[in-house]
Amino acid sequence: MALCAAALVFAASAAWSTGPGGTAAPVTPLRPVASFEGIRDPAKRSAALFAEAGKVIQSPRCLNCHPAARIPTQGDEMRQHVPLMVATDGNHGPRGLPCATCHGADNAPTFAAGIASVPGNAHWQLAPVEMAWQGLNLPGICAQLKDPRRNGSRSLDQIVTHMKTDHLVGWAWNPGAGRTSAPGTQEGFGALIEAWVKTGAHCPAA
Amino acid sequence: MEDAVKLKVNDKIHEIDAEPDTPLLWVLRDIVGLTGTKFGCGAALCGACTVHVDHEPRRSCVLPVSAVGNANVLTIEGVGATPIGKAVQDAWLQTEVVQCGYCQTGQIMQAVALLTANPAPDDGAIDRAMSGNICRCGTYPRIRAAIHAAAKQGVA
Repeated sequence: MALCAAALVFAASAAWSTGPGGTAAPVTPLRPVASFEGIRDPAKRSAALFAEAGKVIQSPRCLNCHPAARIPTQGDEMRQHVPLMVATDGNHGPRGLPCATCHGADNAPTFAAGIASVPGNAHWQLAPVEMAWQGLNLPGICAQLKDPRRNGSRSLDQIVTHMKTDHLVGWAWNPGAGRTSAPGTQEGFGALIEAWVKTGAHCPAA
Repeated sequence: MEDAVKLKVNDKIHEIDAEPDTPLLWVLRDIVGLTGTKFGCGAALCGACTVHVDHEPRRSCVLPVSAVGNANVLTIEGVGATPIGKAVQDAWLQTEVVQCGYCQTGQIMQAVALLTANPAPDDGAIDRAMSGNICRCGTYPRIRAAIHAAAKQGVA
């Protein structure tokens, strides 16, 4: 009976996403901001907060569209996008084949075995080349996020707003059937980024 | 619950009864009766179902009909009425592109989309824009040649 009760509590508290083939898979949790209060050194606390947020930033849901080459990747294994897409001089695909050719405003179910859905968002696009995350370690990504030349000329407050509220960022927690969600929630992720900025936006050590 | 929806296809309004999430391809083929657009993979991977929605290419197998709204859907049955579409279809015939033909609806619609966006594409631009259209007969060299031939007509 106690086991059943425990199982019910777990089922009620855990978030779920659909993994490959559309089967349910638990979402990796994020530590709440409050759990970092025991780190007395603000700089170390700040770096630890960013490292936790990095579980999202370095998830395939984010990295796939922040490639080092101008070619997006796909799946948790981050294989090259099929069909081949090259961003060329913009972030929306080559002339005549924009991302929106296949990626609509919302995730769309498919009729193919093994591919449960085509991901979608009204702002679907590749991150600009200066915002490439693939190939960088977390300290490198942290430094990039603080650099207005490489973060879309955003202030740190604007970075917080972007991470907390941007609809395309939020897609990472609504990735469609057949895809694992980014860890935690956008709310929890945004809180970590906000706390990171408030504690001085220190980066983890390389 | 099905709702009556107005759908503009090739500049003609159709009243259709379909669930909002019904793929546009199903509506075109089974309700409107335009069977030139083909089902290939059902996952936006092969390009056989390509149509244009307000001049932009779209894979109709994964596009819910509700997402079309008031836009005009251009299909293979209507593309020949446009200058670029006619140029592409003429070039396709002159180059004898087609083998089995199943994918060619999508190839032509995608080629028209390319020439609309890029009137004089080089080989690289053709390969990049046509990479999502698969041809199991391997007609790619003739497709590329036909696109060059259509571009030379200068109608884009």
